Amino acid sequence: MNSPPRGTPPNPRADRQFVDDLTGAVDDAALARLRARLAEQADTDDLLDVAYRTMDSPVGPLLLAATPTGLVRVAFECENHDEVLVELSTAISPRVLRSSRRVDDVARQIDEYFAGGRRLFEVPVDLQLSKGFRRAVLTHLLEIPYGVTESYTAVARSAGNPKAVRAAGSACATNPIPLVVPCHRVVRTDGTYGQYRGGPAAKHMLLTLEASGGHPRTPGLGR
Amino acid sequence: MQPFDAIVVEHGQVVMRVCRALLGPVEADDAWSETFLAALRAYPDLRPGSNVRGWLVTIAHNKAIDQIRARLRVPVPAGELPERLSGGEPGPEPADSELQSALGALPPKQRGAVVYRYLADLPYAEVAALLECSQAAARRSAADGIARLRRHYGKEPS
Repeated sequence: MNSPPRGTPPNPRADRQFVDDLTGAVDDAALARLRARLAEQADTDDLLDVAYRTMDSPVGPLLLAATPTGLVRVAFECENHDEVLVELSTAISPRVLRSSRRVDDVARQIDEYFAGGRRLFEVPVDLQLSKGFRRAVLTHLLEIPYGVTESYTAVARSAGNPKAVRAAGSACATNPIPLVVPCHRVVRTDGTYGQYRGGPAAKHMLLTLEASGGHPRTPGLGR
Repeated sequence: MQPFDAIVVEHGQVVMRVCRALLGPVEADDAWSETFLAALRAYPDLRPGSNVRGWLVTIAHNKAIDQIRARLRVPVPAGELPERLSGGEPGPEPADSELQSALGALPPKQRGAVVYRYLADLPYAEVAALLECSQAAARRSAADGIARLRRHYGKEPS
């Protein structure tokens, strides 16, 4: 074996660049394909604890996340999707992967809802992010029909604790599955909207959409 | 804890380059998938503050060895048994396999040292652990490998 010449002073940075140039980058399409395949294999092996995708909607980009049980989180852009994923990773499991399969059906139904053709979401939900009274509130919200509003007082009563009006309000304000669990249908007794995770404009838009029977005069967020 | 998806986004590229360097473009896809699937399985138990890239490259290293062993169990005519870490055969190669032909010509230890030190950017302590040799030997293998590549590709450090 002949040894290479040792005359050149070591230059790790140049060496790294040299190897880098020599090997070339892996193109994005190839990586995207591998990521999709990984998510499928993970699902088959019961390792996909949280699958998510994003979608565009009239209330801005939405993040949809589901466990094997069902839809566990819908997040508005103002909540910061990256931060929401970190929360899910901490609260549920760090085995989080982008994967359409589990949430495509929800996305389709949300599209239909905004187009005016759907009044009821038919998807399994996973309420594990809410406990106790908050969970009772969310379970009740699922029973409020399209186009109907209810007061926080009425919601507190229906959820089993008429005095807990404030707690009913915070359960709505922290609803992990907005749109599908229709916390936007809960308004103050004086008729004003109250808090909403997606902001007041989004809540206004949803109530306008439903009040018009799915055919709002001005689609989009408006003012 | 970071969602695993963020780990794939951050390190998917470098792990793929390592897999290609060790196995060639065709088998690299499977090694990449097996590496990240194994990592996903173990991820919840990963100690906080761990060097994630080093951890992934170690898994890729083991998967590559598994694949090479599996490949060697496939009967091939004695004269064609690959003597290098990668079994890349001579002849026309796909366009993106310059790396394969470049690094494929290196002896296994030099190739491993170059890949883990310069492509994966691991410290020599980890390179040595992967190659089961001393740090000094790992350092020497990396230097020899680089020198050999530079002779082949005519590029001198500027």
